[in-house]
Amino acid sequence: MAAGLHSTILMIAPLAPLAGAAIAGLLGTRFLGNRANRAVSCGAAILGVAIALAISIHALLAVTHGANFNGTLYIWMNAAGISMEIGFLIDSLSALMMCIVTSVSLMVHVYTIGYMRDDEGYNRFFAYLSLFTFAMLMLVMSNNFLQLFFGWEAVGLISYLLIGFWFDKPGATRAGLKAFLVNRIGDVGFILGIGLLLAYTGSLNFTEIFARRLEIAGLQLPGTDWMVISAACICLFIGAMAKSAQFPLHVWLPDSMEGPTPISALIHAATMVAAGIFMVSRMSPLFELSDAALSLMLVAGAITTLFMGLAGMVQNDIKRVIAYSTLSQLGYMTVALGASAYPAASFHMMTHAFFKALLFLAAGSVIIGMHHDQDIRNMGGLRRYMPVTWITALVGVLALSGLPFLSGFYSKESIIEAVYHSRLAGAGFAYFAVLATVFVTAFYALRWFLLVFHGDERFGQHEARQGGDVDEHAGTSGHVGLMSGDMPHESPRIMTIPLILLAIPSLAIGFITVGPVLFGDFFGGVLFVAQGHEAMRALSMQFQGALSMGMHGLVSLPFLLMMAGGALAWYGYIVNPSWPGRVRQQLPHLHALLENSFYIDRIYDAVFLRAAVRLGRYLWLIIDRRLIDQGLVKGAANITRRTGQVLWGGDRIVIDEWMVNGSTRLVNWFAMRMRQWQTGHLSHYALVMILAMLGFLIYFLPLPFTR
Amino acid sequence: MPLTVSLTHYLILGAILFTISIVGIFVNRKNAIVLLMAIELMLLAVNINFLAFSHYLGDAAGQIFVFFIMTVAAAEAAIGLAILIVLFRNLHSINVEDFDSLKG
Repeated sequence: MAAGLHSTILMIAPLAPLAGAAIAGLLGTRFLGNRANRAVSCGAAILGVAIALAISIHALLAVTHGANFNGTLYIWMNAAGISMEIGFLIDSLSALMMCIVTSVSLMVHVYTIGYMRDDEGYNRFFAYLSLFTFAMLMLVMSNNFLQLFFGWEAVGLISYLLIGFWFDKPGATRAGLKAFLVNRIGDVGFILGIGLLLAYTGSLNFTEIFARRLEIAGLQLPGTDWMVISAACICLFIGAMAKSAQFPLHVWLPDSMEGPTPISALIHAATMVAAGIFMVSRMSPLFELSDAALSLMLVAGAITTLFMGLAGMVQNDIKRVIAYSTLSQLGYMTVALGASAYPAASFHMMTHAFFKALLFLAAGSVIIGMHHDQDIRNMGGLRRYMPVTWITALVGVLALSGLPFLSGFYSKESIIEAVYHSRLAGAGFAYFAVLATVFVTAFYALRWFLLVFHGDERFGQHEARQGGDVDEHAGTSGHVGLMSGDMPHESPRIMTIPLILLAIPSLAIGFITVGPVLFGDFFGGVLFVAQGHEAMRALSMQFQGALSMGMHGLVSLPFLLMMAGGALAWYGYIVNPSWPGRVRQQLPHLHALLENSFYIDRIYDAVFLRAAVRLGRYLWLIIDRRLIDQGLVKGAANITRRTGQVLWGGDRIVIDEWMVNGSTRLVNWFAMRMRQWQTGHLSHYALVMILAMLGFLIYFLPLPFTR
Repeated sequence: MPLTVSLTHYLILGAILFTISIVGIFVNRKNAIVLLMAIELMLLAVNINFLAFSHYLGDAAGQIFVFFIMTVAAAEAAIGLAILIVLFRNLHSINVEDFDSLKG
């Protein structure tokens, strides 16, 4: 706990966005009667995130100067020897992650002012955004599994809320539900992993778990020959698989594009989907003990990166292309984790956060400019109308493709090299996949860019527009797309400034930070690499500075593949625009396969959903209707009724007749007798009195005859 | 043997008067004034007892008590007649048979 990091200051980082969310969400909505107007709400939200960003930068600077923080702030409870705490672990990994989260979040907040200007859910949107920032900060700053899990679930919940932000749109609510359900599958794995670690180490605290990791390294699960550590790591990775959208739990991410575009940038590109990568990096001392888990990550990541890239090649929705690209890039990170190149994964996570957020925000800018038409076949030639968006999108596309000297190049090249050096099972396939994906990435990125910004102007032909790809909030804007004669327009400055601010790190952050972050000792002592998994060390040996790495990149195989992919896109969409259509006609099945993302959704639908529905129907008929309804419920009802009838008879005789009516009848009879004494005639009363006195007289007086 | 009037005679007289008054109270069904008169008679019977004992025991306290009782009897007769007048105003009757509103 060196000087420079104070727990109070760190605590403000997550709490400031929470306060902003409270102001915007409680006071700014109908919940408490719209007490805060739009300016107050968005001002509070932005101020909260700005404070968080300032503290994150402060923390990052302090960490680079050797400070770190690991302490418990609050003990929630002690139960059965397990301490449940809120605590922060601030080191280079979490400080870097905090900076990514808060800076992208701030950009998205600012951008949202412009993007959501016409939406009535303006304040609610800001509340969700700030709440997300709070949850994500709690996730990355946590020093124990409980708090990590809290943040994990909270970002999942807010993701659900935001995907279904336009809840009057059936597609959006369905997509939100899908994301939520798929994430539940991952959460089962995640919490099982946490439970295994808790059972074998007796602690939720990262430091304590890591301290005891060698004790559990050799243990096996009782009754099986599975290593405890492998089981735990694979369970944790299943959690990461859902959150970071890795095959086969990736299906929710493309559908999440139903949400507003700023959300896609913040949650489904830059931060939340990186939480899985972050968590695995955080757990690197554990994952290093399990070759099985690492191999699984290599293979799952490789499948995701290649096949989702392929699916991205034929998508026509401006956001879906980027969504598939996000899947593919997350696959890269997972492959890097599998190759034990945790710094490379974290580095790619950082560069990807910037250029992918940039691409999404650029797409949002185009969507606004095109009046909510999202079909890239209806665009083209937009560079003349939207110059700022055009330039910034170009930066994003080139960074994504991995053009040397741009940020994406350094991280991607490092991952490819690291996989090359990995000796684990599956590394060969992973190496092929990441290399092939370079080609694929360049193709779909440039195809997207060229279709949107170059070529013939295809907008304004409203009747010629092809169906599908319905826009985000057609309901609120009244019409979709540009009518004939309408021209697209550049977005307001409040939206282009975040684009420019994100374009700068997309350009330069790789070049600046690759040396210290990736090959320096920035992650020293935080990310652990075991003996025999030394891909990163092999890379460091070759590394001779960012400039030389870039120069070397110009003559390497990935560069050639990238140029080939770009050239193919250029040929197909600029030089000879009729060529892609002919290819599609010749290979209709392949095209359909890619366009439907390998029918995985449909397979899940058939295998799991239909089966679940059929099972549910069967259970409903057999268990519910026959067993429960007829057997249990009706049987119980019959028994109750019979018993009731018997008892009712007893009731009527014993209670009603004897006790209730009987007692009243007794009182009645007695009263009837008694009231006859009450004649009302004075003389009778006097007679009674005199007779009584006579009685007393005889009883008490010592008369001669009683003696 | 000359007839000497002893204490016993006085006590028998008092008992007879008391009995007449008791009978006058609960045999009488007609007139409330008779009721009052019977009560007076009862008090007189008690007075005779007091006087007889006072004389034969030579104690004047009994005779003083008689004065008290006569005072109370006069007051009682006044109040009783007043009640009777009010009763008559309300019920237009002094018939004891009609006074049965306490009947259960």
